[in-house]
Amino acid sequence: MSNARLNVRKTYKLFVGGNFVRSESGRALPVHDPAGRPLDNVCQASRKDLREAVSAARAAAAGWAKKSAYLRGQILYRAAEMLENRAAALAWEISRSTGASDDQARAEIDLAIDRLVYFAGWTDKFAQVFGAVNPVATPHFNFTIPEPTGVVAVLAPDEPSLLALVSTLAPVILSGNSAVAIASEKHPLPALTFAEILATSDLPGGVVNILSGQSQELLPHIAGHMDINAIVNASGVEGTDLALQSGTAVNLKRYARRGLAAAEWFGPAGEDAYWILDTVEFKTVWHPIGL
Amino acid sequence: MTPLLSAPRRFSSPRDAVPTVDQVMVEERAAAFARRSIKTGAKLAGLKMVVSMMDLTTLEGKDTPGKVACLCRKALQPIEPKYNVPPCAAVCVYPNMVRHARRFLGDPSPVRIASVAAGFPSGQYPLRTKLEETRRAAGDGADEIDMVIDRGAFLAGEHQKVSDEIAAVKEACGAAHLKVILETGELVTYDNVRLASQLAMEAGADFIKTSTGKVQPAATLPVTLVMLEAIRDYFFQTGVRIGMKPAGGIRTAKQSLAYLVMVKETLGDDWLSPALFRIGASTLLNDVLMQIVKTVEGRYQSADYFSLP
Amino acid sequence: MKSKTSPKLKARRAVTVLGPVAPRHAVKPVAPARDRRLKFGDRWEYAPAPETIPVKIDPRYELFIDGKFTAPHSGKYFDSINPATEQKLCEIAQGDSQDVDRAVKAARRAYETVWSRMPGRERGKYLFRVARIVQERARELAILETMDGGKPIKESRDFDVPMVAAHFFHHGGWADKLQYAFPGRTPRPLGVAGQIIPWNFPLLMAAWKIAPALACGNTVVLKPSKTTSITALHLARIFQEAGLPAGVVNIVTGPAETGSAIYHHPDVNKIAFTGSTEVGKLIARACAGTGKKLTLELGGKAANIILEDAALDQAVEGIISGIYFNQGHVCCAGSRLFAQESVFGTVIRKLRDRIQTLRVGDPLDKNTDVGAINSRAQLEKIRELVQCGIDEGAGVEQSECALPARGYWFRPTFLTNVTMSHRVAQEEIFGPVLAVMSFRTPEEALERANNTPYGLSAGVWTDKGSKIFKMTGQLRAGVVWANSYNKFDPASPFGGYKESGFGREGGRQGLSAYVSLS
Repeated sequence: MSNARLNVRKTYKLFVGGNFVRSESGRALPVHDPAGRPLDNVCQASRKDLREAVSAARAAAAGWAKKSAYLRGQILYRAAEMLENRAAALAWEISRSTGASDDQARAEIDLAIDRLVYFAGWTDKFAQVFGAVNPVATPHFNFTIPEPTGVVAVLAPDEPSLLALVSTLAPVILSGNSAVAIASEKHPLPALTFAEILATSDLPGGVVNILSGQSQELLPHIAGHMDINAIVNASGVEGTDLALQSGTAVNLKRYARRGLAAAEWFGPAGEDAYWILDTVEFKTVWHPIGL
Repeated sequence: MTPLLSAPRRFSSPRDAVPTVDQVMVEERAAAFARRSIKTGAKLAGLKMVVSMMDLTTLEGKDTPGKVACLCRKALQPIEPKYNVPPCAAVCVYPNMVRHARRFLGDPSPVRIASVAAGFPSGQYPLRTKLEETRRAAGDGADEIDMVIDRGAFLAGEHQKVSDEIAAVKEACGAAHLKVILETGELVTYDNVRLASQLAMEAGADFIKTSTGKVQPAATLPVTLVMLEAIRDYFFQTGVRIGMKPAGGIRTAKQSLAYLVMVKETLGDDWLSPALFRIGASTLLNDVLMQIVKTVEGRYQSADYFSLP
Repeated sequence: MKSKTSPKLKARRAVTVLGPVAPRHAVKPVAPARDRRLKFGDRWEYAPAPETIPVKIDPRYELFIDGKFTAPHSGKYFDSINPATEQKLCEIAQGDSQDVDRAVKAARRAYETVWSRMPGRERGKYLFRVARIVQERARELAILETMDGGKPIKESRDFDVPMVAAHFFHHGGWADKLQYAFPGRTPRPLGVAGQIIPWNFPLLMAAWKIAPALACGNTVVLKPSKTTSITALHLARIFQEAGLPAGVVNIVTGPAETGSAIYHHPDVNKIAFTGSTEVGKLIARACAGTGKKLTLELGGKAANIILEDAALDQAVEGIISGIYFNQGHVCCAGSRLFAQESVFGTVIRKLRDRIQTLRVGDPLDKNTDVGAINSRAQLEKIRELVQCGIDEGAGVEQSECALPARGYWFRPTFLTNVTMSHRVAQEEIFGPVLAVMSFRTPEEALERANNTPYGLSAGVWTDKGSKIFKMTGQLRAGVVWANSYNKFDPASPFGGYKESGFGREGGRQGLSAYVSLS
């Protein structure tokens, strides 16, 4: 008589509009570990899934931008709390996906948590540091404030599978943008598990959407989408600059490339406050001074 | 202060004669009323007052005499007598239903009959038909007429037209009281609401009312506060007390008590009466009754035990 | 030319065709001018709504030095009472110069061996922890604050405690970003900061002082006000719970002498004081020539200016909150009202009505708007100044509310027929008393508003944008509120001009007080 217990395998779904959904195309992709052994399956997002994700991001953007900076900071901090609490689960995903040792995985997660805390602390400060009151020559009160650009597409690299995604997403959403992130094609499991952490962090649905699938399939639709305001390309894949930037010309998306090598994400280069500026617009306002 | 419409047109607009409203501060002040803690005896007294001020409403395309009969019965006796709850102030129905309501309620009745009129809810109809509706409803036995203003005219700056229509409807009301619905959700800004309130009061309104309930947002605490402040200033200017009715969107007993707090602390005791303050609602009544029973019996209640209006 | 028939005339004609003429409507009753008063009576009285959550106050509180609660060197304790009931709440340790010395040594050791070596990121995480624990213990802290100081539970619950959490949260985020606050310089901590805080916002003032000091890498010796020490000591427990290393924050309770020991101590690098201008000057003298960095946040006599084009009802609300919030125990209280003559009568009438709806009484009642005066001494001061105002010819208008039999109370009051030469228009009363004056032109209002040795805050109420910027630009005050009053945020710098002190707290500018720049 065997006491062996059959485990209940997890289905990894897309994270869109605050919900976990399957691809409308009904397709799945197998994920393998570095030795080529199968791990689990993930959904293969289609262009329609992308379309839905961008819609959800757009619907969420206005409300997210209207929240106080303090509240956005608290939500990002809560994401750090949740990530800290579920560090073991994430470490397992990283290890089995990438072959990293437990210590390496844990180090990556610790840094990801601290990155979230770092960027949480910027929400109510970056306007003071990067905005201005401008001393114009006419009797006008003139000020410049940063505002979120809107919906941002984020492409994450394969490694480090969690840290790079967190480091790229946080500076995008802290200013009030919403995001559609394409998880690494080779190691999507940590990103999809991170979605669960976001889902329990009081983050409004649609502010972050995470899709798994084939980047090549999705890239042209991202590049050409008229309702995406900016792209942050951290994928590190050759040729994506050209493919994406050709498309961004259709509606003049803002484009930022993060060209870090895997190890660089672990250092100060992976925690850059100036990344916030890649997805904000500066608005300058004039008002007369007089009785 | 002279009535604003008699000011010389070239050098001023009606907006000059009415103060502006600061949105942030008025919303803060309104929120403060909702933070009052109304407990025990005060809660019970307040809730009973809310019932006595309620215009129990049915305004559906599918209303029938049978539905109106249920409504009237509920308004007359909302709950069994042992809880000592007064009848509602009025029922509020479409013009075609007025005579049915009068038949069920009889004459006289402790529950008054209010009829919506004047092209309710949009107001986008010729004046002639608006007046005929009004006269018929009053003739059929309505004690009160709830008219809508022409928001299109207001937003196009045709304040005189808006005012003249109100005056004409007032005339057509005869003995019936006139409530003027501003439809604050379509006026959008508090400045507009303040101006529209003033226009309505000067043109003959007995009550000013927030909404038809068909447009979101309907009544809110800040918009009601702006109208109460307009009433207050009008009272100081002219000595006339105008009534106020928030309608639509007030669903819970807690919300209704916040409105009472606001009336009490803005206009004082005189306005804490159905003669000068009403609440237009339908689902609110049972929530209030459930709260009354909970306060008396000490147990949380279930909707199964409260008859539907 | 075809004449246009008015709708009214058309209606009248049509009536006769359609049927019997409806009876004419009754004429609305008109109250004569002298009877146009609002009655704020007892038609619907609020029942008592006391905050009932039980809270434990220890019979005795010790000093908090080097991470532990320890007995004072003198063995002496002083009583802390509840100003609303005059009942004793507990005993508080009376720290003396020996205790201060021990605290400074602990702070120095913690600074040298732990805190200055810790990366900003880690320091910040302690502050975030503290913020979260404050949020968890919010209700308890609010009740303690109300019982110890007399402020309404509504205020401590909805304003003080949430703002405390916000200050720790905000400054936690600065700890690893200081180089962004000082372009071109490398900010470094100063060392040990000695901080002395007042009784009007006890826990909040502790947060305003401790959070930036720690964020910038300093350690702290803090002395709460003698009449309100309890919440600072509960905050010390929160520091323990957060695992804050021993000695980083030390709290030495006691009377003014204890504070004096702090600002005279040779091993303190920086002094921060919030309190009266009189004591601020004493401290400035004591620090002269010592090399200690100093910031002072002192008294005020703020002008609140209502122009004729203000959104009047909201302006009146702003005046009310400006002077009666926290019983007027606010350094930036709008204690001088300047109302433009054309709207003066209307403003007075609205003020008069509004103070009748302010509820004065048991601070633990959730409906109380105005709580107890913090101490007998303060109550005497207020009474003395108001009497002086009456003697000098001012008119007095007060709310008519009933007051409890025991405790220290003063009804919301405003004084009319006041001019700038009256003492009540010059001296800080620090109570729920407003001096009301009129003006003709905005320039006149500005002149009078600035005609004071103080310069902490001011308010301007007008609907016209350009006027806002003109007037706020010319008011000599460190915080100017336009169409608002008593608004605070950890990201917004706060501090005064002239004799209201120097230095800022909060925001980027607030960090300068706690760093040296090379």
